[in-house]
Amino acid sequence: MNDKPVIEVRNLVTHYGNTKILDNINLKIDKGEIMAIMGGSGSGKSTFLRYLIGLNKPSAGSIRLLGKDIAHMSENEMYDLRKEMGVAFQGGALFGSMTVAENVQLPLREHTKLDSKTIQIMSRMKLEVVNMAGFEKLLPAELSGGMVKRVALARAIVMDPKLLFFDEPSAGLDPVVAAELDDLILRLRDAMDMTIVVVTHELESAYKIADRIAILDKGKLLMVDTVENVRNSDNERIQALLNRRSMEEAVDTEEYLKRLTN
Amino acid sequence: MRQFIEYVGQKTVSWLDEIGYMSVLFADCIYWILVGKSKKQAVKIADIISEATKIGVNAALISSLLCFAVGVMLAIQGVETLKPYGAESKVITGIALSITREFAPLIVGILIAGRSGSAITARIGTMLQSQEIDALRVIGINPVRFLAAPVLLAMFIAVPTLTVLGDFMGLYGGAVYVSSELHISLGVYFERVLSALSLADIYQGLIKSIVFAYIIAIVSLSNGFQVRGGAEGVGTATTRSVVASISYIILADMVFTFLLNQ
Repeated sequence: MNDKPVIEVRNLVTHYGNTKILDNINLKIDKGEIMAIMGGSGSGKSTFLRYLIGLNKPSAGSIRLLGKDIAHMSENEMYDLRKEMGVAFQGGALFGSMTVAENVQLPLREHTKLDSKTIQIMSRMKLEVVNMAGFEKLLPAELSGGMVKRVALARAIVMDPKLLFFDEPSAGLDPVVAAELDDLILRLRDAMDMTIVVVTHELESAYKIADRIAILDKGKLLMVDTVENVRNSDNERIQALLNRRSMEEAVDTEEYLKRLTN
Repeated sequence: MRQFIEYVGQKTVSWLDEIGYMSVLFADCIYWILVGKSKKQAVKIADIISEATKIGVNAALISSLLCFAVGVMLAIQGVETLKPYGAESKVITGIALSITREFAPLIVGILIAGRSGSAITARIGTMLQSQEIDALRVIGINPVRFLAAPVLLAMFIAVPTLTVLGDFMGLYGGAVYVSSELHISLGVYFERVLSALSLADIYQGLIKSIVFAYIIAIVSLSNGFQVRGGAEGVGTATTRSVVASISYIILADMVFTFLLNQ
């Protein structure tokens, strides 16, 4: 086993227009680890994921996936790296014009020269893994929310990636289906030795699946530690996030009036 | 006054921006068509055929009907206009030239802009909103190669083909009216059409149709890729795309008619 971290983020700074979104993020994720990235809305966790999967280029700092810096990478290197990573988006992002089977098969068709019989078998195997066998011919619009997420997961793992990114696996699902997805994520890690990054705001899910939790707040990384330590943290904002306490900041009257009158 | 000049200035800059974006998109399409194969991302023939079917084959009937109607209309107007001078028989030359040089490409262009241009913008805009474009990029599929290039090529095939079909149907529409009104046989009518037409007339129409194909493809694609703001954004972009395509088509038609008749 390789001792070097599979994902290594160093001094990451990102901007949206002139607004700084992420500020000096440092994070290492080891092989086979499940890391949950948590934070309230607007904390920057979804933005962070977009940078991790190479959809946006950082303003400063570096992101190394499997030892390679994705900010300074040729198109061909990036293309090869894409085969090693799978992403399941929050809304599934299944291609609406393609059936479930075609969605799952697409990465294989694009990246491999396998014949279509083999591709069919491989995609069916992945659909079995996520308990979606038998739904091959349906269109995404005909599926429920939980089914869409499971198909998206099947598509993300169809190339047997080393890295799996999952955006909000349990958002919008009922507790039973959400728990099933959590089990599925754990099984995948054990069976395929994947490194998994999950962005979530569901505490229960994070506690259950994560080895470590990274907490983002206002674009800064507040804490990265094991579930146990995060739970016992005495940081006020972390406790607010964990215990659903509202976090009203003391109102500065003068500032407030200034904002109103502009 | 100053506000007005500012407004005109801003509009001009954003228009130049738009033209720049379209040029880059076109260059990108050409790039993937030419070198896609060497980067393992060939533009697939099957995709081009399926797009060309949607744009061309499925519009063949309605486009033929419209061109036929325009032919009949031209014949009626021509006969009525020329009757006082006793020159009704010259109407055939008029129909032959105006259908091939002007009306077939223009009618086909406007029809396809409304029919396929809107569909392309809406499809790409929706895919952008539902993160399907992100999903493509994450799988390692270049969206321009996968979504845009096949549309561009299909337009270059479908619009000129429909224009040739429109030429026939328009001339035939004229024939139906002229032959009954002036009591000449269809054979004589088409003989006179052929003696009035030169290859240059057909080419003029075809050159225009290729320009229109370019306009529809690039305007509808670039509007689709620039959708912002949810379902309403898709609607706005679709309207914009159709209005812009038709406006550019008519302006380009004027310019090319002027240049080609020098």
